[in-house]
Amino acid sequence: MDILGIFLSSASFILAPTTIAYALATLGLALHFGYGGLLNMGMAGFMALGAYGYAIGVLTFGLPWYFAAFVGIAASIVFALILGIPTLRLRGDYLAIVTIAAAEIVRLMLLSSAFGGVTGSADGLSGFNGPGGTVTNPTVGAGGFNEGNPIPEGVYGFVPFLDNERTWYLRIVGILILAIAIFVVWRLVNSPWGRVIKGIREDEDAVRSLGKNVFAYKLQVLIIGGVLGALGGLMLAFATNVNSSVYVTSLTFFLWTALLLGGAATVFGPLAGSIIFWVLQAFLGLLFPALASVGLMPFTTIQAAQIKFIIVGFALVLLVVFRPQGLFGNKKELTFVK
Amino acid sequence: MSSKPTSSSPIKSTGLHVGEIKPGVAKKDPILIADGVRRQFGGLVAVDVDHVEIPRNAITALIGPNGAGKTTFFNLLTGFDQPNEGKWSFNGKSLAKVSAFRVARRGLIRTFQLTKALGLLTVMDNMKLGSTEQSGEKLSASLFPFLWTKKETEIEAKATEILQRFKLDTKKDDFAASLSGGQRKLLEMARALMTDPELVMLDEPMAGVNPALTESLLEHILGLKAQGMTVLFVEHDMHMVRHIADWVIVMAEGRVVAEGAPDEVMKNPAVIDAYLGSHQDVDLGTVTGRITLPKISKEK
Amino acid sequence: MRTNSTVQPRVSRFISALGAFVLAFGVLALGTPAHADVVNAELPFKISGNVQNKGVGIPAVSISMTGPAGFVATVLTDADGKYTVGVPEKLADYTVTVDEMTLPDGVAVIDNPATEFVEASVQTVTVGPGGRTTMNFFIGQGERKTTSIFDQVVQRLISGINFGLMLALASVGLSLIYGTTGISNFAHAELVTFGAVATYGLVALMGGDLLWLAIILALVLSAALGWGQDAALWAPLRRRGMGLVQLMIVSIGLSLGVRYLYQFFIGGSTEQLPGSDAERFALFGSVTLSAIDIASMSISVILIMLFALWLNRSKVGKATRAISDNPGLAASSGIDVDGVVRIVWIIGSVLAGFSGILWAYFRPGIRWDMGGQILLLIFAATTLGGLGTAYGALVGSLIVGILVESSSLVIPSDLKYVGALVVLIGILLFRPQGILGRKERVG
Ligand SMILES: Nc1ncnc2c1ncn2[C@@H]1O[C@H](COP(=O)(O)OP(=O)(O)O)[C@@H](O)[C@H]1O
Ligand SMILES: [Mg+2]
Repeated sequence: MDILGIFLSSASFILAPTTIAYALATLGLALHFGYGGLLNMGMAGFMALGAYGYAIGVLTFGLPWYFAAFVGIAASIVFALILGIPTLRLRGDYLAIVTIAAAEIVRLMLLSSAFGGVTGSADGLSGFNGPGGTVTNPTVGAGGFNEGNPIPEGVYGFVPFLDNERTWYLRIVGILILAIAIFVVWRLVNSPWGRVIKGIREDEDAVRSLGKNVFAYKLQVLIIGGVLGALGGLMLAFATNVNSSVYVTSLTFFLWTALLLGGAATVFGPLAGSIIFWVLQAFLGLLFPALASVGLMPFTTIQAAQIKFIIVGFALVLLVVFRPQGLFGNKKELTFVK
Repeated sequence: MSSKPTSSSPIKSTGLHVGEIKPGVAKKDPILIADGVRRQFGGLVAVDVDHVEIPRNAITALIGPNGAGKTTFFNLLTGFDQPNEGKWSFNGKSLAKVSAFRVARRGLIRTFQLTKALGLLTVMDNMKLGSTEQSGEKLSASLFPFLWTKKETEIEAKATEILQRFKLDTKKDDFAASLSGGQRKLLEMARALMTDPELVMLDEPMAGVNPALTESLLEHILGLKAQGMTVLFVEHDMHMVRHIADWVIVMAEGRVVAEGAPDEVMKNPAVIDAYLGSHQDVDLGTVTGRITLPKISKEK
Repeated sequence: MRTNSTVQPRVSRFISALGAFVLAFGVLALGTPAHADVVNAELPFKISGNVQNKGVGIPAVSISMTGPAGFVATVLTDADGKYTVGVPEKLADYTVTVDEMTLPDGVAVIDNPATEFVEASVQTVTVGPGGRTTMNFFIGQGERKTTSIFDQVVQRLISGINFGLMLALASVGLSLIYGTTGISNFAHAELVTFGAVATYGLVALMGGDLLWLAIILALVLSAALGWGQDAALWAPLRRRGMGLVQLMIVSIGLSLGVRYLYQFFIGGSTEQLPGSDAERFALFGSVTLSAIDIASMSISVILIMLFALWLNRSKVGKATRAISDNPGLAASSGIDVDGVVRIVWIIGSVLAGFSGILWAYFRPGIRWDMGGQILLLIFAATTLGGLGTAYGALVGSLIVGILVESSSLVIPSDLKYVGALVVLIGILLFRPQGILGRKERVG
């Protein structure tokens, strides 16, 4: 058993593209739920639209990657509007059910063979990051994300961040996007605008009675958080193929776990939560099978690999029960969280 | 019409009405007029007000047994609920179909029977939220602090001043959730004042406030009138109503059953009827106190 | 971006929103499908092939498939005449039928030289150890065999009612729990799975002959699980006065944890309960029914009637309704709220467990995430009827069941859940209190 290897592999998730993608989407959830009180249980749908919007933009419309990325973002804005305009008047838990259902509708439509020509249905889409496209269709994916890579070919960095130019490019772009996103959200929530949305979280009728257009604020929150989700989806698409089986309800639940790990009403909590989530996932996902394979755990290695998901679920329960403000949330708040 | 309040015996505004006193009597200078406002919940007619006018720059008490429809009437007037039929206007402009936040922007602010302090915001943030002048509340401006920090300082100064009046200034950095029930009522009222309202509608502002605070709350209400505002408030305690109200409107089973100056209206048989049914031997002041009348309605 | 919040009426808003949505996907759909049309892609094994006329693929031909354990699927061929269907089991026979109604005029399926069956449009294929098999159809001039629209509608209606009754068992429990405690219990799906998994485990222990005993024991275990869940988790949280949002997230965590726990024990494959491959017999025309269907529907109806009797007549049932109506009042009038809620959890769990067993036959198959797959439909049914009203949940379930099953007559079968979810969202917009629910107090 290679303990050092397991540690290093896990540590590499500190700055992995998936971690950054989670951090972006979780930041969106923090804005939705932690600050705005919106129970968005459909973040996976926003991410799917970001990812597919980009992939379809490149493959079907032949757009360069930066325009295609905007297709993904625009799709998430349209989704937020379609979802928000009719439903933001509903009670909180109804919104949860509507968003989860809407995200499933998106996923099922992406999976359906009815639109297979564009979405690739069950196979998903690939080859959109370029350069050079796929073997069968060399023009496909021209203008993809990788074409913007200014880093010369080669392997850079140090263990556990020893990666090729493509991964570094992705990582740098991801960190830049994330840094800007965190700064913007930090600015927003510490402004008078942020005060209004926190007020709405506490009691929207009270805020309404003070003359604020609660509905418009909620819609703004839904859109901004949704765009962050789409950015997360974009990161996932930049990194690899898109497939509707990724954007399932469980993905949303994992994001919620990361959110509550870090602290829902914090700006850095989503990043911290995502890092902890992924590093732990990777660590347990490697450790248990390794233990099982050397006979230290009485399970098959397949079973051992699944234990981490069981732990995620129960960790979420324990977090909400015992530390609702998250690892980095304001302790003072805990006294009043109900 | 206005007067400087004193705690012992505030000077009442008189001569508010025109013509014979009866339910729906016209006022000399009404700020709010409701006409045929009706709200039904299934088979239950919760509010059915033929006509009522609220006098400007006076303190009007809205009384009536639990379930009379006072809160529902408040909700209807302020856009938090829509009536089945009826017209109502504020400062001569119709409020029908105007959403709650626009009603508030026109200067009609209400508080809630179940206090709505914003628990996980500090007392100061609660107050600042009341201000209507902060352009930084716009999404576009919020990202650029230089556009709004100056205003923020002004708002803070104003908030501090009001908090001092309400003796909440020492709590300004605490979460509103840490306040006592009575303090939250005070905060809600103070927050409403941040909007510089013309008409303040208070739904049971004294319920749950301890007697020591009640005194100062009454002072504040009188102070609002002194500053030129109009107050409409719901209260069950007849002694308090007598003490500060210039005018009393009595509701029962959704209708306005009586109106008049506080001392007169108490003698009105319709009022005694509404409150007591057959138990006419009991003193009104005691019965209409904080004790919930049995089995008239279930309040949430 | 200030938006006027009252002017536009809801109806037109919803329709325009829906229109935009459909339009957006319509645009996507304009591209010709290049991939073989695929249904049930999540299933492990595949049957694929094409429909061709003199070497040219024919698009949009409907192909239906039946297999072991009542497996059914329908697929349309893509632009190249190709189709692919995921199937649950290998080393098994499947019947593949071309719906000749969907062929171009004047042609029919002609004999495939490789097989000896008389009826060329109906073929039997065997999925071998490789897990993949091919079935091609050849088209030429000929007589076609038809399934009448009426038969199709009746068949769908029957399976819709069957499915709806099964959903009802799960959703009345969810609805009762919501009504009495306010929890939107996402982990209800895992109670559904539990019934099926427990039965499967017990059958493995005791043998398929004692299926009835296994089911009864599984329901007893379900009851114990409901009791234990409330005693160990929900009751303490209620006592702490935890908020509804927090409770909901707890239920999500529980759902995740338990779901993967099932996967840990039974793995990722699809298992079958004994008898799930029961013979289907013809009712009339081409409408068929199996003994399992009949048993499933009758037991559901009996259980629901018993449940209604309990809710209306028994003391606890009445107390349950009182608590759903007004918890504060119920508590102050001397009802033991905690005790009643405990019973509600037990009953809800048993009903959910039983619906899981039926789901295992209907679907058919047992999977670790089988409950999760219908969770949203259960929510849709519950919301449709009005959250917290048990009869509403029943009505809602039947509507959702029939809607889901019959929608595949008009929309691709892999979008059949979408219809139900769109209805769910629509209902929440127009009548958030559901069909039978009451509006709640404002302010
Ligand atoms: N949303 C609602 N749904 C059904 N009935 C309601 C609702 N709101 C108020 N009511 C009923 O309307 C009547 C008037 O209530 P309310 O206005 O709260 O009375 P008050 O404030 O005078 O005590 C009561 O019988 C109450 O139960
Ligand atoms: Mg009231």
